[in-house]
Amino acid sequence: MSLLQLDILLLIEKLVLIVIIVLASLGIALYTTFAERKVAAILQDRPGPERAGPLGLLQPFADGLKLVMKEEIIPGNANKALFILGPALAMTAALMTCAVIPWSSQVELFGRKIDLQIADINIGILYVFGVVSLGVYGIMIGGWASNNKFSLMAALRGASQAISYELAMGLSLIAVLMLGGSLSLKTLVDQQMAPGYLWNIAYQPLGFLIFFVCALAECNRTPFDLPEAESELNFGYHQEYSSMKLGFYLFSEYVNMIMSSAVMACLFFGGYDIPFLDEKTLPVNLAAVLGLGALLTKIVLFLFLFMWIRWTIPRFRYDQLMNLGWKKLIPLALVNMLLTGIFILMKQEGTWQTITGFFK
Amino acid sequence: MSIIQILFYLLSGLAVFAALMVLLSKNPVHSVLWLIVVFFAISGHYIMLNAQFLAIVNLIVYAGAIMVLFLFVIMLMNLNSSAEPGKHIWMKLAGVVAGGCFLIMLVSLASQAPEMTNKTVQMKEGNIGLIKELGKVLFSDFVLPFELTSALFLSAMVGAVVLGKKDSTQ
Repeated sequence: MSLLQLDILLLIEKLVLIVIIVLASLGIALYTTFAERKVAAILQDRPGPERAGPLGLLQPFADGLKLVMKEEIIPGNANKALFILGPALAMTAALMTCAVIPWSSQVELFGRKIDLQIADINIGILYVFGVVSLGVYGIMIGGWASNNKFSLMAALRGASQAISYELAMGLSLIAVLMLGGSLSLKTLVDQQMAPGYLWNIAYQPLGFLIFFVCALAECNRTPFDLPEAESELNFGYHQEYSSMKLGFYLFSEYVNMIMSSAVMACLFFGGYDIPFLDEKTLPVNLAAVLGLGALLTKIVLFLFLFMWIRWTIPRFRYDQLMNLGWKKLIPLALVNMLLTGIFILMKQEGTWQTITGFFK
Repeated sequence: MSIIQILFYLLSGLAVFAALMVLLSKNPVHSVLWLIVVFFAISGHYIMLNAQFLAIVNLIVYAGAIMVLFLFVIMLMNLNSSAEPGKHIWMKLAGVVAGGCFLIMLVSLASQAPEMTNKTVQMKEGNIGLIKELGKVLFSDFVLPFELTSALFLSAMVGAVVLGKKDSTQ
């Protein structure tokens, strides 16, 4: 058996990394729910949850316990297998993104250099897109399997919203990829870290704006939380769900938020880069820890922005949402892409000679 | 068996099983979901051939976009097994015979083609499936077919918009 030829140490290293990253993502998501309630409370000038534990810090566990203890109800006419598959898919798709995010640079442990990234694959950011496009199935399967017209309608809304905004997201991304010349998130981050280069936000402010709006829509966050608009659709595609299955749906939204924040930080804000500091002068392990801290800080700032928007801005109407996506964001992203292409060509040597030679 | 062979047989088995389930499922929604599993298995094969770009584009385009549209239509029409028109047993038998003949022809063609004899599949080798090489080839050697295809897509898009417009004005 050549199974033994495998680098066992590498296997263990990756497995440990996967377990740590998934657990950490879940842990952060747990406290994001708490932060959401606290931020909402601050913005609405009330104390918010404060009874469970000191400062209410045990509140997410109390919430989780409550969800787990609730009775599980599977509606009589529901498609049982798919009804269970729906939330599982939503959660899996949300967590799978963390595989390609470079959490920090290398650490040196026991004489081995360990990348703090599960897989640095050639197609990094496309993988993220593949996973995001699969997240739609969690919504659609759940909504359809519930055998409820309102769930189905909400699922259709959610799926068409996700597909519409994926387009503008991809187009705004192309401009960034043209600057970087690579699809690997690690390479993109390294380029932004290099001396003499600014973060991509400096070159692509419009691209970032489009990407951010699309990320809001992809995560079903206000002002785009139409799939679960209570006043129109009772509760949304997860109306028939109860207990932890409902918890999975709600929770996957927070995991999605964290992952999209991480992707945005890597693409536009230098990932684990610390501004005004050359990481190469630091010891390897210290640089890695500080880098991780920098990335987490950026993620937390984005999460706060998500929440801030949620508790300040009212929701779009459905036709407004579609108009914004198709008629405003996509043309804007296309223009951005064209301009970026023109500028890159201008900066390349020899372009002017070619153009002037063409007209002679 | 090496780990690549194990993976190959696993993925192939999954692909064939899922493809059979597409045909055998009574519920059309289940069929669509099994078809998505087939796409996943095929993408796995692409990755084993070191064609990562092809693998992920296969997933994004087919599983992520086209199958969602299929699912839309089927869910909205609410098809179920009772709505399916019953076919006569002779029709089914004729279908099986015709499909079987086609399969035999394909297998014999594939096994006798000069390009296929005495060749083994190259795993984890070559980089034509990676995005850099693929882009270079598409924009140099195959630039005309590539641009023609994009014109075709554009016309399809315009057609879709025209059809959609017509509906809304009535």
